[in-house]
Amino acid sequence: MREHMWRGRGALAVTAAAALVAASACSPGATQSGGAGDLAGVELLVAAKWTGVEQENFTEVLAGFEEETGATVTYESTGEDTGAYLGPKIEAGEPPDVAVLPQPGLVREYAAQDALVPLSGDAASALEKNYTGYWRDLGSVDGDAYGVLLKAAHKSIIWYRPDAFDQAGVSPPETWDDLTGTTAGTLSDAGITPFAMCGASGWTLTDWFENVYLSQAGPEKYDQLVAHEIPWTDDSVVQTLETLADVWGKEDWMAGGTEGAVQTDFPTCVSQVFGQEQAAMVYEADFVAASAQEAGATVGETAQAFPFPAVGEDAPVVVGGDIAVAMSEAEGVQRLMAYLASPEAQTTWAGLGGYLSANSQVEADAYPDEFTQTLAQTILEAGDDVRYDLSDQVPSQFGATEGKGMWAVLQDYLRDPSDPEGAAEKLEQAASNAE
Amino acid sequence: MTADTADTAGPAPAAERAGGPAPRGRLGPPAWLAVFFLLPALLFLGIYVVYPILFSVYRSLWDAPGTEFVGLDNYARMFTRADTFIALRNNVVWIAVAPAVVTVAGLVFAVLTERIRWSTAFKIVVFMPMAISFLASGVIFRLVYEQDPDRGLANAVITTVQDTVAPTGAYPGAEPREGVPLEETPGGGYRLAEPVTPGDTVTIPLVGVNSDELPSDTEHAARPQASPDGVAGTVWVDFTRGGGGREGEIDSTETGLPALRVEAVRDGEAVATATTAADGTFTLTGLEGGDHTLRLAASNFSEPYNGLTWLGPTLITPSIIAAYLWVWAGFAMVLIAAGLSAIPREALEAARVDGATEWQVFRRVTVPLLSPVLMVVFVTLMIYVLKIFDLVFVIAPGSVRADANVLALEMWQVSFGINDQGLGSALAVFLLLLVVPAMVFQIRRFRREDS
Repeated sequence: MREHMWRGRGALAVTAAAALVAASACSPGATQSGGAGDLAGVELLVAAKWTGVEQENFTEVLAGFEEETGATVTYESTGEDTGAYLGPKIEAGEPPDVAVLPQPGLVREYAAQDALVPLSGDAASALEKNYTGYWRDLGSVDGDAYGVLLKAAHKSIIWYRPDAFDQAGVSPPETWDDLTGTTAGTLSDAGITPFAMCGASGWTLTDWFENVYLSQAGPEKYDQLVAHEIPWTDDSVVQTLETLADVWGKEDWMAGGTEGAVQTDFPTCVSQVFGQEQAAMVYEADFVAASAQEAGATVGETAQAFPFPAVGEDAPVVVGGDIAVAMSEAEGVQRLMAYLASPEAQTTWAGLGGYLSANSQVEADAYPDEFTQTLAQTILEAGDDVRYDLSDQVPSQFGATEGKGMWAVLQDYLRDPSDPEGAAEKLEQAASNAE
Repeated sequence: MTADTADTAGPAPAAERAGGPAPRGRLGPPAWLAVFFLLPALLFLGIYVVYPILFSVYRSLWDAPGTEFVGLDNYARMFTRADTFIALRNNVVWIAVAPAVVTVAGLVFAVLTERIRWSTAFKIVVFMPMAISFLASGVIFRLVYEQDPDRGLANAVITTVQDTVAPTGAYPGAEPREGVPLEETPGGGYRLAEPVTPGDTVTIPLVGVNSDELPSDTEHAARPQASPDGVAGTVWVDFTRGGGGREGEIDSTETGLPALRVEAVRDGEAVATATTAADGTFTLTGLEGGDHTLRLAASNFSEPYNGLTWLGPTLITPSIIAAYLWVWAGFAMVLIAAGLSAIPREALEAARVDGATEWQVFRRVTVPLLSPVLMVVFVTLMIYVLKIFDLVFVIAPGSVRADANVLALEMWQVSFGINDQGLGSALAVFLLLLVVPAMVFQIRRFRREDS
C-alpha cells in the first residue's frame, strides 16, 4: 500500500517534469515564429567597469544585439578594479561570457591562464575587416586574436580654461617649449597657476610620461620599451624624465604646490581647474569632459582642449581603451563579439556620446559634436604612429597597481624631480621584478 | 561530585540496573546528544574558519595561477620583497604605538568620567565612533587630513592659529619681472641692487599677481614724482591683462600694487618706511644724504602657511593611527570603566585615609587593581591592530599607499590586484602566525580566570 503510494507520486513527478520540458521546448519555437532571432533563450553575461551613464549607453548597444538575435544579455559592473573582480571568478571557474578589460596587459595575463577563448568565425573576420593591424595586434597573444578594442580614450589632449588664457593673453601652444616657456610662464606672470596635477592617481602621471616619450623618442623606441627590449635606464627614458621636470619641478606652477599636486586625485584636479578655478590647465584624456561638466563648465565653451604639444618632431597620439574578450565557449558568445566589433554597434554608441571608436569603418558623422569628431579624426589620421597607453600594456604589477611600480616611482619623481637617473633605475628595477 | 554521590548512594535499585547498558557513572545526556547540539557550531566554524585556514595554507604552496606546486617558494619570495618589509615595518609601528595609546586614552577617559556629573553623556559621545563603520571613519579622516586648509579640518585649525601669529603677506606669489635688478633678501623680501639717494625715483615692476585678487580700490599705476629730500617710486603689476604690454614699462592699463611696505635701509637698519598708495606710488621721506638700500619688506610676500602634510609619506602612518585612536578610544573606555566600577571602594578609601595623594591612589591602587582589564583591552587591540586594513585603504592616497602599506593591505593587493593568490595566501598565513601568540595568550587568560 505504502509502496504503491510512493510510486504514484513518482509518476506524478515524472509527468510534471515532462510537461515542463515540453513547455520549455515549445517556447523557442514560439518566439521564432514571432520573428525574433535564432539565439532566443540564450543568456549571456557581459562584465565591464562602466557605471552610470556609460553603463546605460553600453546596455543600449547590447540591446541592439538582443533585438537582432533574440538572446538575453545581462550586464554586470566590475567596479573600478576589473582585475580584482575577474581574478576570483576565473579561479572559481565562473567567469562572465564576455568581459571588457581595461588593459591589454590583462589580455596577456588571462590568455596565459587559458581563461580566454580566441575569436573565431564572424568575430575573427569582423576584427580583420574593421581594425588596422596595430589594434588587432593589441588584442592578440602569440598570433591568436582574443580582443576587440571596444572603446578608445584619446589621451593626448590638454584641457584648459579659456578665460584664464584670455586674461593672460596666451593661446594654446604648438610645442612643448611653447607650453613650458610662453604659455605657462605668462600664466604664472599673470598670477594664474598654470597646471592642476592629479598626482594621487598614478595613472595620470604615466600618461604624462607616455606622451612626452612617444613624441620625444618616437614610436619605435616606444614599442621597444613596452616589450622591455630596451631597459628603462635607457638615455631616452632619462631624457623624458628630464623634460617632465620642466613642469613637475616648478613648485609654483602646480596648484597646491608639489605636495598638493601629489595628493590631488583624479577628478579633483579637474574641479580645481573648472570648479574652484585655482589653475588654468589640466592634462588628461577626453573623458575629462564628464568631470568638467560636473564641476560646472560647458565643454567646448568654458572648458576647451588642445592637442598635447610636440616635444620632438611630431605631436604624440596616445590612446587608451577597453578591450572586449570572450571568456566562455557558450553559444552566441562569438556572435556577440562579432557584433561588438561591427561598425553598426559602435556607430550606435558614438551617437550616444562619451565614446570614441578605433574602428576604421565608423564614420566621422556618427559623433554628436565637432569636438569628438576631431578627436576621432586625429586617432585615424595618426595611422600607424598612434600608440596604445604604455602602462596598460606592461604587466599590471608594474604599470597599473596602486602604490607600486611605475605609479609609485613617478609619484616619487613628481615629489622630487631632482634625480632622473635614479628614477629611471627604480623604474628598471620595478619592471624587471614584474616579469 | 554528582557521580560520587551516585556511587556512594549504596546499591542501586534493581529496577534501574535492568534499565539497559547505560554508561556507568554518568547521569547527563548521552554523548551523541552533546555532539548533536554542538554540530551547528562545529559545522559553522569548520566551513567558515577551519576550511579557509587550511585552504590558504594549501593555496600558498602553489604558484600564481594555481596550476603548479611550488613548495615554499612563495614564502621565500615573500621575504625577499621590499614591499613585504615596508608593510611589516609599518605593522611593527602600529603594534608598538596603537594598542598602548588607545589603552591609555581609554584609561584616562574612564577615570576622569567617573568624577563628572554628565559622565554617561560624555561616554556616549566618546563611544559613538565605534558605531560608524571603518570605511566611513576613513572617509571622514581623509577629509580631515586634506592638505588645502579650506577643505581639511586639521590644517584649517593649524593655519588659523598660525595666521594670527604670523599673518600671510598680501602678495605671496609676487616676484620681480625677469631682468630687473632686484635681489632676493634672506627673509623672502627683495632689495634693489643699486643704492638710492634722496631725490632719486625708482620703478619696481612685479609679476605673478592675479589682477582679480588686487584690492578693489586699486588704480592705474602712476609715474613717480621726484621729491628733493626723499626717494619716490612706483611699484606696479607689470602685466597687461590680456597680454601685449611692454616689459619693465608702466603701460597705461597696468595697475599699481597698493599697501606694499617699502623700506629704506642704512647700515642694516630701516631708517624710513612707506606704504604704496592705490596707484602704487610711494615716497620715503626724512632721509639724510647718502646711499640707502631700498627694500620691499619680506612680510609683503610671506607665503600662506599651508599646515602640515598629514597625508605625506612621513606623517601618514601617525595620521592613520590618530584616526584609529578616535575610533577605538570609546571601546577601551567602556571596558575599563566597567572594570573600574568593580574595584572595591574600600581600597581607594583606605589609601586616601592613609594620606595618599590622588596621583598616588591612581598609580598605586587603581591601575594595579585594573591591570587584568587593561591587559584584556591591550591584547584585544593588538589582535585588531595586526589586521588593520580599512583605515589604511581609505585614508592613504595612492601616492603614499606604498609608504602606509600594512600586511593585510599588501595581502589583498597581491591576491586581487596583481592576481597572485599563491603569494597572497602566503602573506595571509604569515599574518595568521603573527596573530596566534596574542590569541593564545588571550585564551589562556580566560581559562585562568574561569578556573
